[in-house]
Amino acid sequence: MGQGQSENTPRDHQEKIPFWRDPDKLAIFYQGVALVLVLSFGYYLFYNAQANLARQHISTGFGFLGRQAGFDIGESVIAYSAADTYARALAVGLLNTLKVSLLGIVLTVILGIIVGVARLSTNWLVAKLATIYIEILQNIPVLLQLFFWYTLFHTSLPSPRQSVHPLPGVFFNNRGFYYPLPVYHPVYVWMGVAFALALITGWLLRRWAKRRQELTGRIFPVGWVTVGLAVVAPAVIWAVCGAPTQMDIPHLVGFNFVGGINFSPEFGALLLGLVLYTSAFVAEIVRSGIQAITKGQTEAAMSLGLKPGRILTLVILPQALRIIIPPLTSQMLNLIKNSSLAIAIGFPDIVAVANTTINQTGQAIEGVALIMAVYLFFSLVTSAIMNWYNKKKALVER
Amino acid sequence: MEFTKTQINDPEIGPPKTEIGLIGWMKANLFNSPMNSLLTAMILYAIYKVIPPLFKWMFIGSVWSTSGQACNQASGACWSVVTHNFRFILFGFYPYDQQWRPTVAIGLLFILIFFSHYRRFWSKALLIVWLVGIVIMGVIMRGGFFGLPLVESTKWSGIILTLMLALFGLTAAYPLGVLLALGRRSSMPAIKTLSVVYIELIRGVPLISMLFMSSVMFPLFLPEGITINKILRAQVAIILFTAAYIAEVVRGGLQAIPKGQYEAAEALGLNYSQKMRLIVLPQALKIVIPPTVSILISAFKDTSLVVIIGLFDLMKTTQVTLSDPEWSGFSTEAYLFIAVLYFIGCFVMANFSRNLEKELKT
Repeated sequence: MGQGQSENTPRDHQEKIPFWRDPDKLAIFYQGVALVLVLSFGYYLFYNAQANLARQHISTGFGFLGRQAGFDIGESVIAYSAADTYARALAVGLLNTLKVSLLGIVLTVILGIIVGVARLSTNWLVAKLATIYIEILQNIPVLLQLFFWYTLFHTSLPSPRQSVHPLPGVFFNNRGFYYPLPVYHPVYVWMGVAFALALITGWLLRRWAKRRQELTGRIFPVGWVTVGLAVVAPAVIWAVCGAPTQMDIPHLVGFNFVGGINFSPEFGALLLGLVLYTSAFVAEIVRSGIQAITKGQTEAAMSLGLKPGRILTLVILPQALRIIIPPLTSQMLNLIKNSSLAIAIGFPDIVAVANTTINQTGQAIEGVALIMAVYLFFSLVTSAIMNWYNKKKALVER
Repeated sequence: MEFTKTQINDPEIGPPKTEIGLIGWMKANLFNSPMNSLLTAMILYAIYKVIPPLFKWMFIGSVWSTSGQACNQASGACWSVVTHNFRFILFGFYPYDQQWRPTVAIGLLFILIFFSHYRRFWSKALLIVWLVGIVIMGVIMRGGFFGLPLVESTKWSGIILTLMLALFGLTAAYPLGVLLALGRRSSMPAIKTLSVVYIELIRGVPLISMLFMSSVMFPLFLPEGITINKILRAQVAIILFTAAYIAEVVRGGLQAIPKGQYEAAEALGLNYSQKMRLIVLPQALKIVIPPTVSILISAFKDTSLVVIIGLFDLMKTTQVTLSDPEWSGFSTEAYLFIAVLYFIGCFVMANFSRNLEKELKT
């Protein structure tokens, strides 16, 4: 459309159009100029970088990945020590980013839906509280919120010796949050298998129930049966196989707790800050999605005799989801990208580890390129998954 | 029959007392179902538990103008951390006796914002006034003429830096963003590809990686002997980052203009730049004012990230204040203060954007 091809009428019998007025030739010319400019600018940067790197005796390439990192990382999903390679250190950072992003996305969506629905509540107090929540959290920089939670955890929680002890085996102190964990036993594997089988059965049941409902109109309570199966089956296995109850309870050794499962105040502050901030945006998206469904839909559902909860789950949400999903995806991407702020409060995510790597090796270009590649990859994968889900929802609707 | 008539006409008999006024309102909005009654009761209890102690902490037991030691004795909040370090938090390392200059600049900014708020002042002239205003603000702050001592931009810190990064960032990113949006809609494959790659690349990475790029990578790209100060490099990163987001917003505006407008312009014999400049962009840019304000809000909030590469914006000056042992225990108060500053700025802009959206729609 853009370059006015409509002017390009054939005029064979007349004199030839001079090339500076022929849109097709001009287009080629402009593109050539743009490409030459971009390429030469790129080459200029490359040339300068080469000269500077040579002058400062900084090596190039990703050879540093195989060398010993030599720095410790506070928390890690996989085993790591300072003697490991840079590649492993970066992998630790990557997994930490993944951990906080995945948990954060799940919690954000749940909290966002709750607050978004609450904003539309018929209870004036609930609606107003939800509005205040949204306005306050949306309008304060997420970094400030992270600092706030971080200092709050650090200053208001006691030292390990005076840990807060809300439940047996649970300890909160300024080094972290400690929970008991069952000691490993082969039964747990089988319980996991039983749980997975229950879910698969539930899925098959759902298909069968749907077919039956379409044929006979009789409704089968799939949800409750699946939940029941998923709870009962592992419990039965657990009871049959001797009911192991031994727990790995955190206990004080020297100045710190060992045992159980724990997460650090940094992780807690990061997760809390990201979830609260992003959920405010998700709540607004959910609200506008629900409001976009015309009132006639609700009234039609009411006149069919559906209960308010059923109206929401059967009539409103399936339609609202189509509107909600695209902006929701971009909020998920925002959460993943904002998890990079971990570096500000000292949580070792990919950016923090890459930053240490840059400082130690001086290889800034490779480091920044790695960070960017990781986030681009996450963005692409999230977009792909959400596009697939969006398509699925759209198909179900028609 | 008669009976009903007198009933209706009787002015004494209105709706039942329990259905109107405060009680009626409460019945309709707070206790309209058992579930809602329960929720209301729970929330009221929570408010009763939280608000009075909070009020006591903030106002009754608080101290406002003491030293840090005196604060430790106070039962409430120590607002002294703010009042005592007020000028450092706001202006940072800007020379103390020259701080009237940023105050004037910020005042000028508020006047401009105030007038831009009214749609009857919207015209090309206002745009020019804004550009001139931004230049004047920069000149007042930098000085070096009329006997005003020169203050290098490296000394600009606190709220000035925050505002400058956001405002200059958006102003400079806007033309770039429009160009990128046009490029993305272009029929020329090379230009389209370049624009798409740029926009998607930037939107796929976090701002912090751009800031890292500015702090550790840009110096490597400059020829030997040339250095650019850190603030300017961060500013460039913010501009490059914001431009990609503006491009997407403007693209939305371009797509919203009906095809007939493009075709009519072509039928008039306008060339590409005339068509865009005279017909399409004036309409498209008007539609995208509300989302552009949203980008400004994000930019305003995102400037706080420069803390991570060690620039002294509002957040960093606060942290410097808190690193003083005298005040280190009162981070909550200090953070609350700058949270309020950020909140006011963002809330006002968000409200403006929302109202505008409503106005432009009708």
